Amino acid sequence: MSSDAMAIPSARTEARPWVEVAHEWVTTVDHKRLGILYIVYALFFLVVGGIEATIIRIQLIRPNNDFVSPQVFNRMFTMHGTTMIFFVAMPILFGFANYLVPLMIGARDMAFPRLNAFSFWLTALGGLLLYFSFVGGNGLYGAGNAPDVGWWAYAPLAAKAFSPGPSSDYWTIGLLVSGFGSIGTAINIVATILCLRCPGMTLNRMPLLAWLNLVMSGMVLITITPLSAAQIMLLIDRYLGAHFFDTQAGGSATIWMHFFWIFGHPEVYVLIIPCFAFMSEIIPVFSRKPIFGYPVMVGATVCIAFVSLSVWAHHMFTIGMNSYANSFFVITTMAVGVPTGIKIFNWLGTMWGGSVQFKTPMLFAIGFLFQFLIAGLTGIMLSSAPFDWQLSLSYFVVAHFHYVIVGGILFALFAAFYYWYPKMTGRMLSERLGKLHFWLFLLGFHATFDVMHFAGILGMPRRIYTYEPRPGWETLNFIVTIGAFIQVIAILVFVINLVFSYFKGPRAGNDPWDAWTLEWSVSSPPPDYNFASIPSVASRRPLWDLKHPEDPDSRYE
Amino acid sequence: MVRSDQIRKLLSKAAGIAVLLAGALLAASLCFGAPGDSSQVPSIFDPRSTPATWIDHLSYFVLSITGLIFLVVFALLVYVVVKYRERSGDERREPAQVYGSTQIELAWTVIPILIVVVLFLATARVIHSIQDMPKPESAVEVVAIGHQFWWEFRYPQLGVVTANELHIPVSEAAHSTPTFLTLLSVDTDHSFWVPQLAGKTDLIPNRANHMWMDPYQTGIFLGQCAQYCGTQHAKMLLRVYVDTPGDFATWVHGQQQPAVLDANVTAGRRIFETTACINCHAIGGTVANGRFGPDLTHLMSRQTIASGAAGNTKANLRLWIQKPDAIKPGSLMPAMQLSNANLDALVDYLQTLR
Repeated sequence: MSSDAMAIPSARTEARPWVEVAHEWVTTVDHKRLGILYIVYALFFLVVGGIEATIIRIQLIRPNNDFVSPQVFNRMFTMHGTTMIFFVAMPILFGFANYLVPLMIGARDMAFPRLNAFSFWLTALGGLLLYFSFVGGNGLYGAGNAPDVGWWAYAPLAAKAFSPGPSSDYWTIGLLVSGFGSIGTAINIVATILCLRCPGMTLNRMPLLAWLNLVMSGMVLITITPLSAAQIMLLIDRYLGAHFFDTQAGGSATIWMHFFWIFGHPEVYVLIIPCFAFMSEIIPVFSRKPIFGYPVMVGATVCIAFVSLSVWAHHMFTIGMNSYANSFFVITTMAVGVPTGIKIFNWLGTMWGGSVQFKTPMLFAIGFLFQFLIAGLTGIMLSSAPFDWQLSLSYFVVAHFHYVIVGGILFALFAAFYYWYPKMTGRMLSERLGKLHFWLFLLGFHATFDVMHFAGILGMPRRIYTYEPRPGWETLNFIVTIGAFIQVIAILVFVINLVFSYFKGPRAGNDPWDAWTLEWSVSSPPPDYNFASIPSVASRRPLWDLKHPEDPDSRYE
Repeated sequence: MVRSDQIRKLLSKAAGIAVLLAGALLAASLCFGAPGDSSQVPSIFDPRSTPATWIDHLSYFVLSITGLIFLVVFALLVYVVVKYRERSGDERREPAQVYGSTQIELAWTVIPILIVVVLFLATARVIHSIQDMPKPESAVEVVAIGHQFWWEFRYPQLGVVTANELHIPVSEAAHSTPTFLTLLSVDTDHSFWVPQLAGKTDLIPNRANHMWMDPYQTGIFLGQCAQYCGTQHAKMLLRVYVDTPGDFATWVHGQQQPAVLDANVTAGRRIFETTACINCHAIGGTVANGRFGPDLTHLMSRQTIASGAAGNTKANLRLWIQKPDAIKPGSLMPAMQLSNANLDALVDYLQTLR
């Protein structure tokens, strides 16, 4: 290991006109800048999607409320889901992957820097196209602008007969375009990890973050394609008179479901696997121990990736598949629980016997573990098909997947923000605001999503803009909405922390967490091209070896 | 600092558990706290029919296993957080570096596999029992057809057509009369969900789905469309009236009759038959035979209109014809633009359709 950074003098110190700075950002092909562009872009859409969620919750705070019309409500939940999945979760995770993967494997940039820039701008264009629909055209029959067919755009609701205006086309084309961006980024990550690792970094010595992003990118290549194919078929149906999904002319509504969910379920893992990656970096550092069972962690991830390709129809237990098909998807879905369980146990094994430090990233990581455990267990309940016949399409399912996406993915992302923000900006985030953010968000999260489970159990279906006053539904929905407001306040604290710390936060130095992977060997923020001389490594924790020459990891691996 | 974090951490966990417990208690009280009026809260844990009961039992089994797993793993999490927290003086010393343990990892791979096998077998048994239940001779057959945004119910054996309010007989142990539904849709996807009677099954165009239920208690059971089907998905409500065999026979007999022809309301009838009403609505024994909207032959035998969105009162009927958006914005019922006199006559006519 010889990665001690040679100090690289910064060429840019004097103030320059903003046009020049903007030009530099727009034309950049640097992986770090593109990573930050992805993240900032996603944060913007996080706020937009959050506003949509707030509108949904205000409407549902009491029965027969008329804060928004049904048309607006349908638009809000469609746009909320689409935005959060495609224009928040995916780009933000790609942003972190872009930023971190080259640094962690000792590379100077991604394998294809121009493809990288192209992919980002495609994703950016996709989001703009989606939102242009607010001025661009009608949705469902008589329902005004913006997509309102749900984020699954089930056929035949999205067919010309029921959604005559072009708004669902903005949904289709926006996602098609950003899908190509995702494929470009996935190819880039795979190529970077396979080809640009520094000397000594065998696959067996790669940080888990790189391993898991490799698996995630492989999954993107497999899963985005059926969605794109289905969307192209939908466009052909709508504009060239084909009948793939046109049930009036012998087409099939269920074919769309199969196409959508064979994308949609692995997509969940595309989102959660990079979050497993954050956990696998953050938990060891704040437990002061190496990851427990590295080979099993890699194996479990690959296993999850494979099995998750065969579980899609558990989203379709209610569509009347026969008992054998249902049973097949029950067993495959339950089987995913095994490698996922291994991961949770291995993280606990990492903390076991360690010296756990409760810095903000670790608080969010522990929150992740707690919530992901519950999300996994409600997932097991939903995988039991007869139980799912009751729970599916109800608020229970809404609670379940928000437990995965907010309680799991978003908590992991917050952990990642607090952990790597010092590396990206050179400044520490405020611990005081960070802890306030954590506790407020935890409170808001549980008030919202714990309670939603019970609304589902009491028979409340999802995607309804209003409901009759029924015992239970009123109280539960009121608490859910209050919880949503607490989450909004917590997010405000987070944004204030991001902005305030950028200007006033204490200097981070190269390695504020006393961590072990290569990104902490360079300055914060890292210099152009990262490494003055390419490092070489002899173990999974090169900086541990450097800090403990008397007891290096390389002796045991 | 570390110490106070620790205390706060524990407090949060305690608060989390308290929230969960409070939620569970709340739900339990809601599920079971309204005796005598079970129809008001369609809880999945309050079953009144065999398939719903089987699901209920399976649910408790799955809940107890997942609950046990939760307790074990949560206890482990709390234990490591408390036991292995950083203590003052730890800063300069790293803990023992442990890289893994094959035996332990094998254990927490094999045990979950065994749990999965058990859960799968229990689940597969219930799937098979419900889905592959043969239809007995005594079954009542109903064809349920989903429309934007209402339900059409046809009884092919009995020659009855109705809408939104499904009547079925109670199924007694001595003489079981389960209801077997064939589910169709004329437009988009819908889903038939009455939580106390059965799990939900989708109504999908160009496809026939099947489900059954055999309620063992009379009463009104509430449900609604569970699959997003368009603008007014929220007000596609559903009521199932479980009648005694006698009441059911009476109801069927009533529904089999053609519409009552009342000479006092011929003005209203003429309006109905000479305006756009008949494009969509049928009234048995008259020229009205539209099929796009609900059959109105026995409109007044129903307690609600607009698929459960409003009570079947004179004022609501009038409002519904004049300005449907006031009750159900985005429904496909057009505002009929009638003069007040014509509207009154029309409502008078409709109110004779018993």
